[in-house]
Amino acid sequence: MNLGKSSSANNGSSIEIAPEADYKQKRLRNISFLIGLFALLVVSVLVSLRAGSYDTPTLELVRGILGKAHDPKINTIVINNRLPRILTALISGAGLGISGCVLQAILRNPLASSSTLGVSQGAGFGAAFAIIVLNAGVSAGAGAAAIPLCAFAGSMAVAFTILGLSKISRVTPEGIVLAGVAISSIFTGATTLIQYFANEIQLATLVFWTFGNLGSTDMREILMMSAVIFPASAYFFYHRWDYNALLSGTETAVSLGINVSRLTLINMIVCCFVASTIVSNIGLIAFIGLVAPHLVRLVVGNNHVYLLPGSMLGGATLLLLGDLFSRIAISPIILPIGAITSFLGGPLFLYLLFKGGSRRAES
Amino acid sequence: MLRVSNLSYKYKSGPQILKNVSFELEGGVCMGVLGNNGAGKSTMLKCLNRILHAKSGEVWLDDKMLLNLPQREIAKKVAFVSQSVPSTQMTVHDMVMLGRRPYMSWGFSEQDHKIAHECMEKLCIEHLRGRYLNELSGGERQKVMLARALAQQPKLLLLDEPTSSLDIKNQYQVLEIVRDFCDNLGITAMAVLHDINLALRFCDKLLLLKDGKATGYGGRDILDRETLKDVYDVSAEIRDVQHCKLLVVD
Repeated sequence: MNLGKSSSANNGSSIEIAPEADYKQKRLRNISFLIGLFALLVVSVLVSLRAGSYDTPTLELVRGILGKAHDPKINTIVINNRLPRILTALISGAGLGISGCVLQAILRNPLASSSTLGVSQGAGFGAAFAIIVLNAGVSAGAGAAAIPLCAFAGSMAVAFTILGLSKISRVTPEGIVLAGVAISSIFTGATTLIQYFANEIQLATLVFWTFGNLGSTDMREILMMSAVIFPASAYFFYHRWDYNALLSGTETAVSLGINVSRLTLINMIVCCFVASTIVSNIGLIAFIGLVAPHLVRLVVGNNHVYLLPGSMLGGATLLLLGDLFSRIAISPIILPIGAITSFLGGPLFLYLLFKGGSRRAES
Repeated sequence: MLRVSNLSYKYKSGPQILKNVSFELEGGVCMGVLGNNGAGKSTMLKCLNRILHAKSGEVWLDDKMLLNLPQREIAKKVAFVSQSVPSTQMTVHDMVMLGRRPYMSWGFSEQDHKIAHECMEKLCIEHLRGRYLNELSGGERQKVMLARALAQQPKLLLLDEPTSSLDIKNQYQVLEIVRDFCDNLGITAMAVLHDINLALRFCDKLLLLKDGKATGYGGRDILDRETLKDVYDVSAEIRDVQHCKLLVVD
């Protein structure tokens, strides 16, 4: 049985390409792009390893990762300084990238990210509370651990507030984003109020925290972030076809056997948990969660089979390159990474958005 | 066989949309659901596969109480084609593969790929396999949605205004495909339609809804002048023109 026999003759599609070749070509292009992104990431890691005042051959630095460099100083620099920084950038960037991608899928909103939902603002309030009210981190060793803990608590408070609102009144995805904007506003206002009563040192500490810092994490914290981000990524990847189904609308997704409200809630909580873990450890890093999925989408389209790993690789590469720029731009001064990602990511995003838009219009 | 009895639906803070709708439908039959805007046609369709949760009533499909099954099991028996056809940067192949989502665990099997491939072949959209949906015409996209629905291997196919955004040629093509599903694959189809002439041409049975109530159910002959006046508030009649029944408005 063959149906719709005249379909190819009467439609608007004029380009005749062998179907198998066309599909395989797209598949190959997507896989090649992911491999290329991975290669760029590896190169970025190597360049990042080299960047610094202590100039050393790359091979020595690679040996230094295993603690087997000929110069013991290199072992110390790599293991204590450069490697934790790079690993933090990789893991945080990957986590922000994939959670941004999932939030955009489940909330059906291209502007969704942990910042849109208020998670970053919650973390900012938590950090402000720790620094100003608990007087943590103002002097060396004075309860510095309270800052990430309070930041985490603040961001998770946002997540549970949204969850509560969703449970009580069955809020739509659009409603969740709007609720996030309102909650962001509440936490930003609360942070400003606390700041009003802070002294100069506390204010400086808080401002420094909000800049974001990839150099303050140790191996224990990196392992802890990995323990959250990698299982969460596996969970997200398991649901890759559910996110694809949501592209056809909620009703179609339900008709394909997906419990959309449960999927939205659980994924939102996992995304918030991932973002909370990251921002509580490295401070506020804006834009990676928003820009990485969109950059990857321009090449691989909306299929989450490619989009999810692409967002992880893209987020990790962007954060690592941003960190590299922040370290070498006016070396030896290290610029704040949070400002760099926004400052460089914004124009890049605009360029690709309009370039992609004009290309689509031409085609 | 599909048996719907006393199906009712009411929005949380709104009027009752569906009021005790009951009917029976044999396998392989194509039924048109007719009525004015707001009559409850789409709501009824969505209650059948639990996109909306019916307030009361029962839906039996081949002696199984459909509404008690898990959503994934319903998706293996009932496919739904929405009136809004997505236009996204996703290939036709991937969109048709979505029809196998109710059957997949971690990933798709070879069997899933084979079935999706067969469905694309059946609808003659194999040549579009690598194209993005946003590169296709409305008619092509609707055929992709039908292929996706067919990949679910359903016993019941629900179509919510499947021809609303199509030109005449594509309207006929899409409904011919649905007709073929019924005749050759034994799928029972229910289509919400606004065009009575299309319903008369392609549907075996008609269900008339007015203000959430079923005001008529049966063959094409239930559409007489009186019924049309009652359901649509228009003065019209059905005439035989060259062995076809056609609606003629006064």
